Amino acid sequence: MSLQVTDLRVYYRTLAGDVQALDGVTFGVADGEIMGLAGESGCGKSTLGNSLIRFDPRMRYIEGHVELDGLDLPIRDTNAMNDFRFSAVSVIPQYAMSALNPTRKIGKMIGELLATKDIDYQKVRPEIERRLDMVGLARDVLTRYPIELSGGMKQRMVMVLSTLLNPSLLIADEITSALDVSTQKAVAQTLVSFRDHEFVNSMMVITHDMSILYQIADSITVMYAGKLAEKAPTSVIINSPRHPYSQMLIASLPEVGVRYADKHLTGIPGNPPSLLNPPGGCRFRARCPLAFEKCLEEPPFIELAPGHSVACWKAV
Amino acid sequence: MLTLDAVSKSYKVGTFGGKELPAVQNVSFEVAPGEVVSLIGESGSGKTTVGKMILRLIGISGGQINLDGNDISAIKGHDLKAYYRKVQGVFQDPFSSFNPMFKADHVLGMMRDEYFAGISAADWTSKVEASLQSVSLNPGQVLNKYPHQLSGGQLQRLLIARALLLDIEILVADEIISMLDASTRIDVVNLLGDLKARGLGILFITHDLSLGNYISERTVILRQGRIVEMGATPGVFGRPLHPYTRMLIDSVPQIHQKWGQIEAGLDATTVWAPAATEPCLYHAAQPGSATTAAPAGLTGSGLVEVEDGHFVGCVQPNADGTCGGRPA
Repeated sequence: MSLQVTDLRVYYRTLAGDVQALDGVTFGVADGEIMGLAGESGCGKSTLGNSLIRFDPRMRYIEGHVELDGLDLPIRDTNAMNDFRFSAVSVIPQYAMSALNPTRKIGKMIGELLATKDIDYQKVRPEIERRLDMVGLARDVLTRYPIELSGGMKQRMVMVLSTLLNPSLLIADEITSALDVSTQKAVAQTLVSFRDHEFVNSMMVITHDMSILYQIADSITVMYAGKLAEKAPTSVIINSPRHPYSQMLIASLPEVGVRYADKHLTGIPGNPPSLLNPPGGCRFRARCPLAFEKCLEEPPFIELAPGHSVACWKAV
Repeated sequence: MLTLDAVSKSYKVGTFGGKELPAVQNVSFEVAPGEVVSLIGESGSGKTTVGKMILRLIGISGGQINLDGNDISAIKGHDLKAYYRKVQGVFQDPFSSFNPMFKADHVLGMMRDEYFAGISAADWTSKVEASLQSVSLNPGQVLNKYPHQLSGGQLQRLLIARALLLDIEILVADEIISMLDASTRIDVVNLLGDLKARGLGILFITHDLSLGNYISERTVILRQGRIVEMGATPGVFGRPLHPYTRMLIDSVPQIHQKWGQIEAGLDATTVWAPAATEPCLYHAAQPGSATTAAPAGLTGSGLVEVEDGHFVGCVQPNADGTCGGRPA
């Protein structure tokens, strides 16, 4: 098991009280696994990604335990995390296009970055060039400023940079969301090829787009209102989801290649609950067509079959 | 009926506007009452520019836009205001469409000042409630609230309700669902379907092919400011004729069918180009094409009707309109 997260709770401090953005999640990511993390905005998926790489000053650690390759990850200690960041855990940020320092030539910026890890840029340079070739970038981008690169080129540059030290875990947060379909496909396939070339051991791909996850992920975890709703291998969750939220979410996706003359897709009525004072019991209860008395109690996240866990009383 | 006739737009760029950037070239299509036309293109294809020209938010460099036979491309003042009674738009980001200082229904009040100056309070209230109900909003839940108290879906519906206060004929919906969550976006799309059933013509501008396929009767595919393919949605998605359309459809992530073999590298992000062997249906259909070696330029709309109502453009037009994809 590459990554093991146990009962992680992270709240946001606000004037009105604590926002319970991440409320007790437990899961594991296996070696070589691409784990997809799906959910709507405000469900805590980015909070989960961010808490594994860098605690925001507004974030408050409540409890929980994170283990990466058998080592404790000191996620609550920003300074102690410096030893892990970039080399063991790395991130491709959502706005990769603005992640490069505009006042440095790209090669120089990489050099400064490597110097913080006591690595000699000239020694790593052949490897950088090899990876630039792989993603189809000319080697002379290293002598250029970010402004001279197109958006797609900057995205590729950041992907090469984030994975340069062969991190064990790569977190990709909504990196395909702002892209056109053709670029989206290329970026998604590059993520897979990075895994196949063993540049990264395992990967967490955070997105709201289930269809991208179906293409590249080995397993999909669906989050709802700060909790895990369902986790299963990709084909299981797409073809036979057990949680009503995953079922309704997948059923509401339109597809190309289907004719919708009289067919009508429906969304999920209502809105997710506020996480400032979330209701007790199952948090999906208010929008769930199957809700019954038992849903006032909180459903446990139970493993139904190997690798398939669900938090729903109806699925147990 | 809204008709675009060889509409073009070029932006002035560079120092002192010395260079021209052709954003839209020779675009012709129409939106009839009771139909949804989706205008699909990647970023930079000019799809938003087309929407802005229809809404007269920017000038038109060439061609004509007609509403029910009247040219609206140069109207101003009183005539323009009358035009806005019939044509309205809704845009991508619901959060920045509202002034956060004012309550969200302030936009409805502005509509009253501008278009319904003499209306009585009771008439106005019933009008507002009717239009809110037609977009499935509960008046009690949205009136008197600030934008931050409402969800993106509610704000987007409120903007549609604002447009519906007028007896509009055409709604320009520019990427209206791309900021919404998956669980609510399909409801906003279904709302467009309901409006269509009531006789509204809708121009649905999007980069999301699956939503376009779901909602629209006709599809227009735009690439680098030109229409490359246009026709009934089942035709364009079922039998795409232009290689660019095929590439787009192949790139869409589907949920029950995986992409083909995943190859390493990001080559697809470089500028798309058709294979050299790709035949050009447009130039092949031109008179005398079999005898002349050099391909002719584009004439008229630059489209050729291949099947009934299914149009396709040149495979790879050069700047001067000659065919770049076909060996000379």
